[in-house]
Amino acid sequence: MKRTLLALATAVPIVFSAHAADKVKVGFISTLSGPNAAIGGDIRDGFNLAIKLAGGKLGGLPAEVIVADDQLNPDVAKQNADRLLKRDRVDFVTGTVFSNVVLAIAPQVLESKTFFIGPNAGPAQYTGAQCNPFFFVSSWPSEAYSEAAGQYVTQRGFKNVVFLAPNYQGGKDAANGFKRYYKGKLAEELYTKLGQLDYAAELAQIRAAKPDALYVFLPGGMGINFIKQFVASGMSKDIQLVVPLWGSDQDIIRAVGDPMLGLFSLGHWTIDLDNPANKRFVAEFEKEYKRLPTGYAASGYDTGLLLDASIRKVKGKIEDKEALRAALKSADFKSVRGDFKFGANQFPVQSYYLQVVAKTADGKIAHKTMGTVLTNRGDAYVQDCKMK
Amino acid sequence: MSGILLLEQSLNGLQFGLMLFLLAAGLTLVFGIMDMINLAHGSLYMVGAFLAATFAELTGSFWLAVGLSLVGTALIGMALEMSVLRRLYARDHLSQVLATFAIILIANELVRIIWGPQVPLSTPPALAGPVQIVPGLDYSSYRLVIIAVGLAVAVLLYLAVARTRAGMLVRAGASNREMAIAMGVNIKRLFTIVFGFGAALCAIAGAMLGPILAVQVGMGESILILAFVVIVIGGIGSIRGALVGAILVGVVDTMGRAFLPALLREFLRADLASALGPALASILIYVLMAAILFWKPQGLFPARG
Repeated sequence: MKRTLLALATAVPIVFSAHAADKVKVGFISTLSGPNAAIGGDIRDGFNLAIKLAGGKLGGLPAEVIVADDQLNPDVAKQNADRLLKRDRVDFVTGTVFSNVVLAIAPQVLESKTFFIGPNAGPAQYTGAQCNPFFFVSSWPSEAYSEAAGQYVTQRGFKNVVFLAPNYQGGKDAANGFKRYYKGKLAEELYTKLGQLDYAAELAQIRAAKPDALYVFLPGGMGINFIKQFVASGMSKDIQLVVPLWGSDQDIIRAVGDPMLGLFSLGHWTIDLDNPANKRFVAEFEKEYKRLPTGYAASGYDTGLLLDASIRKVKGKIEDKEALRAALKSADFKSVRGDFKFGANQFPVQSYYLQVVAKTADGKIAHKTMGTVLTNRGDAYVQDCKMK
Repeated sequence: MSGILLLEQSLNGLQFGLMLFLLAAGLTLVFGIMDMINLAHGSLYMVGAFLAATFAELTGSFWLAVGLSLVGTALIGMALEMSVLRRLYARDHLSQVLATFAIILIANELVRIIWGPQVPLSTPPALAGPVQIVPGLDYSSYRLVIIAVGLAVAVLLYLAVARTRAGMLVRAGASNREMAIAMGVNIKRLFTIVFGFGAALCAIAGAMLGPILAVQVGMGESILILAFVVIVIGGIGSIRGALVGAILVGVVDTMGRAFLPALLREFLRADLASALGPALASILIYVLMAAILFWKPQGLFPARG
């Protein structure tokens, strides 16, 4: 029945276009407890800020955000998704942090023809043959940060690099991305359990491998613990540590402090990017939450802007999924990251920047943009996506 | 494989094992003497870490905080024993598991309400850096202190159990509870003391590991599983078994994570080895447990003759 209605709605939009929806419901499934809770919290705060600045609305429609905690557990996430799709009948699902959670809930979200907007992890599977009209990622394809990292360590002339990531989808994507652009020798490729907090065994192996640089892909609390233990181990003075943008963001700076200075990272956004949208975002975020935003918060905020612009473009008629999809795909808004567009697979094509952790003029510790490492970069699998 | 790597990994294994021992010691006594399965043991570890973080914030001294947390957690443990757990001794294991699992859930939510999901606890500044042990190996000084604390507690515990009157009663209770009661041991008071003692050991482990890991809700559950593996390997009720089992588990887990992937790479394709290695390493201690139970079903050092 529902499907017939939907088919009718898309086939003869004129009949239904007489009335627009009276509100928009967003299901926000995110990791909000455990050592990685800060990530979900940042995405949520950024997303909510975008809605708040739009007067509690998305594209003119009153917005209702239903938040659910996935506890970084794919089974819990599936139950959340089930409830949001069947009981709450949300129009969008977003908020997800980890790729294993995305992979767990995506099938049922896409099956129900509800738009999924990934504000963080963008698993590589969905960039290629598995691409789907209802699947968008507003942040970055999951290999991209690591591609930029590979490019950067190659440019810097490092020849003996250790790679470390958790043993899960995101970690494997990171390895693929890094190896695609890194031209030197991979001294060691280490994988840990997702959520591991003690890195003593890995640190010993890194010491034994004697690398000149180290690229670690450890989100959230894992990264905080690793960097603390890396500094305590005394290796930080001999080995150049390189991380993804979030590997040295404000959550980690708060926890680790001064030893973070001079650390290099790669990402699609930096706090000091010079564009009006970003300046407004950073100022409003600091005013609202009394802390500096992270890349996660920036992605959450951009996701809010994307929904806002797209719903406005279809004049609130979110039942017209074809039109809504076209509007989403056009990404017609001023992103805090500067210029970006969606590729054919609905993943971002954008620039990746090098940042360094430095003291700002007013004594805070924050990222400073050092240059652009990759320009107009999409992903390696878009040619496998046959979607129109 | 270089000597330095082996030395460093041995230290890591020892450090991890000794902290496991602190948890397992309390668990094995409670299980051995009271025949009580206490899943909430990990919650006391969590409470100990949260108390330490709070006291560290209030007093500004890490070591004072560890001491205060030890006392506080012991009191909480004893209160828990007198109010709830005491009523479970006569019940079967299933009721005990259900009731103490409920305590885990309650404790997690209470801690979340009082402190929030996570609190900061940092290494004392003097121990934040590395020290050189041998040329080419700078080791975290804080981890060395953990090893020292763990060894000191192990020695004290051994002396307390082997040489004191209270320790004798504990051993008597562990090897034959009915006979100990028949001989006039005030078993009720003994249980409360043993429980408080186990809670204090949990607090030391929680407070010492807090700065390295993270002080967060639910931190007790994952380590509790390992503590159970330790006491099953070591023999339920045996302190010596807990020590040997804990160090065995600590070293095997660390060495497995460190050397198994490299070992597999010698025999298998690189991508297969990198997929299989971490997975195998994480189940290694369970393989160890299964193997030990196959040859010694009572564990390495059974307390009951």
